[in-house]
Amino acid sequence: MSTPLLEVKDLEVAFRTQNGLVQAVRGVSFSLERGSSLAIVGESGSGKSTTAHAIINLLPGTGFISGGQILLDGQDLTKVNEREMESIRGRKIGFVPQDPMSNLNPVWSIGFQVEEAIRANGIATGKKAVKKRAIEVLKEAGLHDADRRLKQFPHQFSGGMRQRVLIGMGLAANPQLLIADEPTSALDVTVQRVILDHLESLTRELGTTLLFITHDLGLAAERAEQLLVMYKGQVVEAGPSVEILQNPQHPYTQRLVAAAPSLASRRIQATGSIAAAETAMASDAATAAGDTIDLIATAEARVEALEAAAAQPPAIVVENLTKVYKIRGAGDFTAVDDVSFQIAKGTTTALVGESGSGKSTVAKMLLKLEDATAGKIVVGGTDLSTVTQRDMFALRGRMQPVFQDPYGSLNPLRNIGNTIAEPLSTHKVGTKASRRERVFELLDQVSLPRTLVSRYPNELSGGQRQRIAIARALALKPEIVILDEAVSALDVLVQAQILRLLADLQAELNLTYLFITHDLAVVRVIADNVCVMQRGRVVEAASTDEVFDNPKEQYTRDLLAAIPGANIPLGA
Amino acid sequence: MLWYTGKRLLQVIPVLLGATFLIYFMVFAMPGDPIAALYGDRPPAPGVIEQIREQYHLNDPFIVQYFYYLAGIFQGDFGVTYSGQSVNDVLARTFPVTIRLALLAIFFEMVAGIFVGLVSGLRKGGIFDATGLGVSLVLISLPIFVIGFVAQYFLGIQLGWFSPTVGAGAPLEDLILPALVLASISFAQIVRLTRSSVIETSGLDFVRTAYSKGLTRRRIVPVHILRNSLIPVVTYLGTDFGTLLVGATVTEGIFNVPGVGRTLYQAILRGEGPTVVSFVTIMVLLYLVVNLLVDLLYAVLDPRIRYA
Repeated sequence: MSTPLLEVKDLEVAFRTQNGLVQAVRGVSFSLERGSSLAIVGESGSGKSTTAHAIINLLPGTGFISGGQILLDGQDLTKVNEREMESIRGRKIGFVPQDPMSNLNPVWSIGFQVEEAIRANGIATGKKAVKKRAIEVLKEAGLHDADRRLKQFPHQFSGGMRQRVLIGMGLAANPQLLIADEPTSALDVTVQRVILDHLESLTRELGTTLLFITHDLGLAAERAEQLLVMYKGQVVEAGPSVEILQNPQHPYTQRLVAAAPSLASRRIQATGSIAAAETAMASDAATAAGDTIDLIATAEARVEALEAAAAQPPAIVVENLTKVYKIRGAGDFTAVDDVSFQIAKGTTTALVGESGSGKSTVAKMLLKLEDATAGKIVVGGTDLSTVTQRDMFALRGRMQPVFQDPYGSLNPLRNIGNTIAEPLSTHKVGTKASRRERVFELLDQVSLPRTLVSRYPNELSGGQRQRIAIARALALKPEIVILDEAVSALDVLVQAQILRLLADLQAELNLTYLFITHDLAVVRVIADNVCVMQRGRVVEAASTDEVFDNPKEQYTRDLLAAIPGANIPLGA
Repeated sequence: MLWYTGKRLLQVIPVLLGATFLIYFMVFAMPGDPIAALYGDRPPAPGVIEQIREQYHLNDPFIVQYFYYLAGIFQGDFGVTYSGQSVNDVLARTFPVTIRLALLAIFFEMVAGIFVGLVSGLRKGGIFDATGLGVSLVLISLPIFVIGFVAQYFLGIQLGWFSPTVGAGAPLEDLILPALVLASISFAQIVRLTRSSVIETSGLDFVRTAYSKGLTRRRIVPVHILRNSLIPVVTYLGTDFGTLLVGATVTEGIFNVPGVGRTLYQAILRGEGPTVVSFVTIMVLLYLVVNLLVDLLYAVLDPRIRYA
């Protein structure tokens, strides 16, 4: 073997802030052989993306490389000037960014943006040759009708299509190294799979070396030969992917493997008390064995609870629900088409589907934020289509939502105490003092310190905010909680904590959950029953174990197969 | 697009009717007898007053007067001023001058405003940026008549670089200084708007992607940063046209420009209903057309906007 293509030695990256320097990357070293692939894994804030941006010298804002070397083919990239870097970007290092929605300029056509990349790197000259190469590049990236679509604009492309365009642009000049920064995190699982397969075969064909950045351990292990696990700006573990997954050495990696929903195999069982849950979270592999016995006992209790629940009248009944949107100039669009399901008290039903499948529209109609075009919704014995405004107000107190984005669903101008107490004051429950008492109680329930009452949302982390949103939803002691992608925006470890919290609260308060998600992996650990939706229809509905072990529909099988890392065997 | 343009043009009709009615009503409600104002201290012969009243339908109720006036407009006749001139003639004489002044001002504010805003935005926190922000703050804070008099005194009279007043026929070189004064406030707004827009766009993901493709900064700045940043600036130009018309009234007064602003101001002072309403009607019409053009231009700049 000759020298590696890329060698990073003791890389340090810092950001200038008002409080001095903040180190984002500390002493990261790794090397990449020609034609190999490496994935950097970590949660948000671990420095994985910063490392990638440092290599291509596009650090955001006040970031700068404060130490170490980045050797590409023996040339130290930390020492080249901006002009030389311009000629390295695109030609030697290709870059595929994270979010296909924001990474194409909305005011220029797709063709224009691909062509300018080709021209800038001197791949072709002359109008015709450049256009020919652009079509070629896009076709390689999997856009089959590229010649027809060159004149179209980004907003006329779906997310998956845009990501293909970005991959095409990244590979336009046949770079030796391709950095893919979470290239598919914003996409549906099945689309993600197709695009990653394509990227893999393409880079193999061209002999491109691949540096892959992701937060998803399962995905990383499936797509890269080598893994590099980062935590708080440092490399905590590195080595061959399968080895790390099967035999993680560092405690952090062990927690990551344990928490990755794509790798978990069964539903979380309430461990009785939150304190126990917390210790279980913190425990590492050594004590995990002790928990297993516990889990079996609680699993049996769960089965009994489910049987008892089935005897009672269901909490939610949805019958032949249909929603049609009128679109001017395009006729009708049926978002939800003849959907029926029931949810028994105290159980969790997951509504699963890709974006556009109609799952969130069902949630909106349940919450009566949208009116149904046809069909019936009965919640706790009340028919939503005939309910009076006053009864609906009372019903809203018994049915509360938690939404996806913990950054968007809390009012930044209200402190945590007021946010949680708001449903109480809206529904005129108790006195000021008793409400305050209830807020403390709720904070305890979601395992947050009482001192948070006077703080504001921007001082909290994403996981803490989602706990606040859950506390707010629980304030009125509802019977039903509708969770619309409630954990999708969170890092895996935080996601695992929240899921466990939800399971505990359900056991404690006998809550009924409607859990809406695009992520089948999460479904496995939280739901009792699953409804799989596709284009507005429920294509499969059964218990979670049945759906996972014995899927009937091809679409469900596709979804299951698309879970990254699902087929990697884990060590005991 | 065509359908949208047609719809917008149809919307002009109720707006125009409403505007003329409101203005006519307000002029009607102004205290004082216009005929008495016309003659000053020397009382006219009683028969003359009666004759004028009859000629201008001043004895009829307000609403009848309004319809007489409206009927005239639809026949292309804006009426006669109290001094006996045809309003059509006055309009034809003054509007070209003001439009020339306004276009010159728009040219100055756009070229200079966008340039200064772009450079400030790209070099955020630098000396150029700080100076630009300081100057624009001063220009925004000062009333336009202060800027007008100061510019007239120093640049026109003391230094003699420009003609301090506008001569007959309003030649273009005489209009430069009034146009600069007129442009000053909007210039400051455009600097600030462009600057913040450029700063925002520079931090967007697609700009980073453009760099990662291997493009040079020389290409990224005009193609990916400036073009996207201009969208809010163009929107601003539409509403700014109104400010410009108001500013023109003051500026024309200072520099003695024989344009719309000065004529309108004098007509208001004299309580000349038909003249005031006619001028304002044309201004409203112009404003609506300019805003329609801006909205159409918006669709050209941003392909995501397609009017149906």
